Amino acid sequence: METILYLAHTESDGSLGKAALESLTAAKALAEQTGGTLVAGLVGEDVQAAANTIAGAGASKVLSVSGADFAQARYATDAAAAEALCKAAGATLVVAAGDSRWNRVLPGVGHRLGGRADLHITQVNGAGDISVTRWFYRQRMEGSFTRTQRPWLLGIDPGTQTPWQGDAGDTVVEAVTVETGDARTTVTGVKAPNTDEQTIRPDANVLFVAGAGWTKKQADGQTHVADAEKNILGFLQAAQASLGSSKSLVDLSSEGGEVLSFMTHLNQVGQTGATPRHPKGLSTCCHGEEPHVVGWRFINERRAVNLDANCGWAQGKADVLYVADAFEVMEKVNALLAE
Amino acid sequence: MSNGYHIVVCAGIVPDPLQTLEPVQTPQGWGLKNEMMLPAVLDPWASHALYEAANLAKNAPGSKVTLVSVAPKAKLQQVMMTLAQKVPFELVAADAPAGGFTDANDVAAVLAEAIQAIPDLDMANLLLFGGWESASRGAGATMQILGEMLGITEQFQGVDEITVTAEGKLQILERIEGGRHQVSECAGAPVVLGWATGNLPEPKNNPQVGMQNMRTVMPSLQKARPAALSGEDLNYAGIEVPKATRETRIEKNMSADEIAQEIVAWIKG
Ligand SMILES: Cc1cc2nc3c(=O)[nH]c(=O)nc-3n(C[C@H](O)[C@H](O)[C@H](O)COP(=O)(O)OP(=O)(O)OC[C@H]3O[C@@H](n4cnc5c(N)ncnc54)[C@H](O)[C@@H]3O)c2cc1C
Repeated sequence: METILYLAHTESDGSLGKAALESLTAAKALAEQTGGTLVAGLVGEDVQAAANTIAGAGASKVLSVSGADFAQARYATDAAAAEALCKAAGATLVVAAGDSRWNRVLPGVGHRLGGRADLHITQVNGAGDISVTRWFYRQRMEGSFTRTQRPWLLGIDPGTQTPWQGDAGDTVVEAVTVETGDARTTVTGVKAPNTDEQTIRPDANVLFVAGAGWTKKQADGQTHVADAEKNILGFLQAAQASLGSSKSLVDLSSEGGEVLSFMTHLNQVGQTGATPRHPKGLSTCCHGEEPHVVGWRFINERRAVNLDANCGWAQGKADVLYVADAFEVMEKVNALLAE
Repeated sequence: MSNGYHIVVCAGIVPDPLQTLEPVQTPQGWGLKNEMMLPAVLDPWASHALYEAANLAKNAPGSKVTLVSVAPKAKLQQVMMTLAQKVPFELVAADAPAGGFTDANDVAAVLAEAIQAIPDLDMANLLLFGGWESASRGAGATMQILGEMLGITEQFQGVDEITVTAEGKLQILERIEGGRHQVSECAGAPVVLGWATGNLPEPKNNPQVGMQNMRTVMPSLQKARPAALSGEDLNYAGIEVPKATRETRIEKNMSADEIAQEIVAWIKG
């Protein structure tokens, strides 16, 4: 019989994040489909509040590794904690959020335990041979597969499951002790991109993508970078949209070109950029080449504004292509949104 | 090499991103249609790792860069023709499949063996670089497993920056959620760094660097030992390319006002 360890870390306020609750949905489904036992393993400075919020999830027990050492997201302590929890639970399957903290350690922990780890899982299926699904070749093709080796650790891609909801209650937490030794790494802080504006909003309804066209010479033979900045920031503000970029636009800064001050590599979408998940995406001044558009895999509805009727978006990559000047269109969009 | 770092960069090769990829079943398992015919490039995020490694080595006297690649020898040779002109490195190669359906555990084992066989490997000053995810397998797992195999427990993923402080500590910026970076300070080598994009542009081709690199690249390619990737515990049920094309409505004659109204209605809808 499978023992499924639901592995989660607390956020800095002691709660469980959305990605953690999503992976609980996947862990519970696996437990139900396999007829296995669900055990929860929580890591953080103080996990009692988190344990109480998942009282109704049906875990047979809740284990924890806690203390000041485990407040920080760092490999040495997180890997030690996860390893100890997997062993204490006798886990054959481990389900965790595929966030930056768990993705950093799960493969290494899998190796320590003589098992395997797979990240970026989008679906789990516990009926029959347990199988999982993820994307290959930067979201160009999707594969499902099984493994014989155990324990099998799964990092569930955030945004792929419905967050678990259920009753809170008093929960007994069993502490698992971990020897950490002297930490060689200290997390000293978090740095937001070089801007006062937060432009990346993972939970936004709309992704607004800017391409290199915004900084190129326009019909009058001039560039209009200040206008571009005003249009883009205006839209982000009015629509509470998240900002994406093409590679060409973010590369301009490392190549010394005229740039949008708030744009960084973190905004880049595509082959060597992010693959964000949003219900809608609006592309502007971006050609829609394949290495860019693979980053739109998880954008459901797609529209584009481009001067070129033959750009990549026209080739079945967007639902609507408006052949128009994005400067003109976005100014009017912003005016309408301001009404 | 008492002062500098030994920066070992692990990088595979992947099909040029501009190519169309089609999964097919082969006698060896899943692969790509005409896989051996597709033009290849060095795996993009690992390329950033290589450029960052070269830059760090330049600024930390006594350092050197070794590029370790597990890839089909003939394809790797093609990639080396341009790559060798970018930055100085020594090549260590193992001849094995490089496709997206290989298992990260198998690849990590081949890399570990190749790295441990580097004659003057300096474990105490080792900075183990790679991409945080490949553009083929996309597992995001190889570097962590490799680090464990080599006994390195200071690991960082999605790295965009490394700075050596005045006291010789490493300050590292890793990508975390919401477009932010986590800043960590690590006492020093050995560390594993899975790179994201970093901050450097692709270096221009430099034929002189190319000539210098080729002196070690060609012998390394000749010496590249065939390595088997067993993939024995991994079974694919199927690989599918999603229906990619949409019915695009192309609006050539709408006024900016009409377009703006439609976009706003769509966003609010
Ligand atoms: C290994 C590799 C990895 C890559 N990874 C990525 C990646 O992760 N992400 C990515 O984006 N790209 C990536 N690329 C690059 C990709 O192939 C394209 O070169 C890039 O996406 C082009 O960016 P762009 O569309 O912004 O710029 P351009 O191709 O310069 O297009 C600019 C567009 O702006 C339009 N335009 C100009 N002015 C206006 C206006 N006033 N109104 C409306 N439209 C206007 C033009 O018609 C044009 O279509 C990669 C390439 C390689 C080789």
